Amino acid sequence: MPLLDATGAITDRWVRLTDDTPLPRAGAVILSVARLKAEFDQLPSHGLLLFGVEIVPEVCVDTLTPWLQRLDLIAIPFKSFTDGRGFSIARQLRLAGFAGELRAVGPLIADQFAYLKSCGFDTVQLDAATFGRQPSDQWLAALSAFSGLYQRSYGGPLNILAARRAARAKAADVSERAAAE
Amino acid sequence: MYRYDEFDHRLVQERVAQFRDQVARHLAGSLSEEEFRPLRLMNGLYLQLHAYMLRVAIPYGTLSSRQMHRLAEIAKRFDRGYGHFTTRQNIQYNWPRLKDVPDILAELADVEMHAIQTSGNCIRNITADPFAGVAADEVEDPRITAELLRQWSTLHPEFSFLPRKFKIAVTGSAHDRAAIKVHDIGLRLVRSPAGEIGYEVCVGGGQGRTPMIAQVIREFLSKDALLPYLEAIMRVYNLFGRRDNKYKARIKILVHEIGVAAMRDAVETEFARLDVAAIAADQDEVARIAGYFAPPVYEQLPKDSSTLRTARAQDGAFHRWVETNVGAHKVPGYTIVTVSLKPIGGVPGDATANQMHVLADLADRFSLDELRATIEQNIVLPNVKADDLPALYVELVAAGLSTANVGLITDIISCPGLDYCSLATARSIPIAQALSQRFADAERQRAIGPLAIKISGCINACGHHHVGHIGILGLEKAGEEYYQITLGGDPTETAAVGERLGPGLSAEATIDAIERLVEVYLARRQSGESFIAAYRRLGHDAFKEAFDAAA
Repeated sequence: MPLLDATGAITDRWVRLTDDTPLPRAGAVILSVARLKAEFDQLPSHGLLLFGVEIVPEVCVDTLTPWLQRLDLIAIPFKSFTDGRGFSIARQLRLAGFAGELRAVGPLIADQFAYLKSCGFDTVQLDAATFGRQPSDQWLAALSAFSGLYQRSYGGPLNILAARRAARAKAADVSERAAAE
Repeated sequence: MYRYDEFDHRLVQERVAQFRDQVARHLAGSLSEEEFRPLRLMNGLYLQLHAYMLRVAIPYGTLSSRQMHRLAEIAKRFDRGYGHFTTRQNIQYNWPRLKDVPDILAELADVEMHAIQTSGNCIRNITADPFAGVAADEVEDPRITAELLRQWSTLHPEFSFLPRKFKIAVTGSAHDRAAIKVHDIGLRLVRSPAGEIGYEVCVGGGQGRTPMIAQVIREFLSKDALLPYLEAIMRVYNLFGRRDNKYKARIKILVHEIGVAAMRDAVETEFARLDVAAIAADQDEVARIAGYFAPPVYEQLPKDSSTLRTARAQDGAFHRWVETNVGAHKVPGYTIVTVSLKPIGGVPGDATANQMHVLADLADRFSLDELRATIEQNIVLPNVKADDLPALYVELVAAGLSTANVGLITDIISCPGLDYCSLATARSIPIAQALSQRFADAERQRAIGPLAIKISGCINACGHHHVGHIGILGLEKAGEEYYQITLGGDPTETAAVGERLGPGLSAEATIDAIERLVEVYLARRQSGESFIAAYRRLGHDAFKEAFDAAA
């Protein structure tokens, strides 16, 4: 399935493992929650093998906290582009300190890319048909549709409240200097 | 009132460009019909029975003359010369063409207006008390909060694909003119025992097919915690609100199913994780917004206007209009004028382009350049000198805007119904018109006193029938329209959902039945007792008997 990040289409270095496939020696593998839970204590920690997990939208993020430090990727599925739970799950994971790759998986649309990025997603994996209708240029254009956003502490373009604060500070500085002269 | 800065301007302009591009990509096949639909809805564009409908936000109901003039120009240039003011402080145009919509949005952006999030499963237009800033019983102007929330909810990265629509209302007064108890979140500015101003937060109110009165989730929330606390509520709803059934997807169902105590626990747990200072708007930002809502410069006037007194004595029609349509202002010598958009036999909430121009001019001349749209589908001129009322009245008469019925039985709320709406199951406008004709007599209306009739053409309850003193719900069975009557609804601080009287009636029988109910009230009321007060004292059965006899 096509994979995108903020630069456009990229190749996927991650492999989804079915629960009965043995772990490879090296690489990057995505496990199910059940397998991660069952095998977590035995997972090799030599660093040649990176681990990711694919969760379900019904997940309670707190159940993932013990694993967050060991994971390099969390894939969050979207059942449809109008099912917005994934936005909140991503936000919760970032607030909980997860620093690895957050991947949105499902039939999302280009016009959602900026929101996905702001909530903490790095990559989007979608079906070939949607990607065919909405190729990379539409996804990248969507990222720059807005030059600012009002919500503080979300990622993305310029924060409007921060920009206003900076403008106020600058104005105060100018008037202070004028007063000093 | 609030003025856009460069960032607000740029954002609405970028939104217009984005929508123009989305329309083009839809027409070119990049965005399927299914994908385009929520995008167009989040720009206020519905596909109705006969045409597209564009719903434009009037944030917290406040308009300048310039903005009202622009709304009139849009009605003239892109529509059929009129607009419809809704129950959520929006204006709807019923006949725009899809290809014109980006141009209309550009015209709106030019006067600091937009149609962003007037539909779709996102946070909708933030509504507030239409008497904000001029009511005597106010703790603080709720528009400061509403504007902060307008910005915070606009293009929210996390909360734009919610289980269902989400409505927030704010009031600054003990007397609730914003119907906060029937909103997903209702905020009331309150003063703590220590004198600090903050919010009482209610959650889970709503109308639709399962009407519910909002419950208090936080007795007192300090002002600087507002955005983080709302973020916590929204996140709990976004994650746990039902997505399996659109009729059970509103937050009221979640609150009802898990109970307000569990909801409170979930919200407080989420809230406790948040870095309040990193999310809240800083105090300077709030002060910046508050600055725009600083009271205008009022003249020092005597409390009593001899001009007004003389005019009232000389002109009975003017006197009656003042009695019903003019309210007390917090500043001596000023009044709050409600212009009724409910002429006898007219369409509730409709105004022609010419009437909008007149209202804009009158606001400029008599109301310090300000107008308000109300949830009762009327227009308020909030700053009129008592001395100016006679001159204002003359102009209103000339424009057909002098109906003296605010709060009376012909001041009917009605949704567009089956005449326009693709969701409707029955017509509501003709019912409103027939009732208005039936009770047209001015003396009779005054004798009946305050009585709110609210009509919805389907179970979605856009006409607020659940909270009408008399509510009417239009339904359809086997191709026939019929109407159910409810009694005892109330959208204010004493909020209540109306109780159904009995089986549905034909349109004609509905009008007769309501007349009969009014007669019961007139026969049994005590001195000075309003319809709703009499209903509460006498009980449902007293009215049901009369209804059953007629049905």
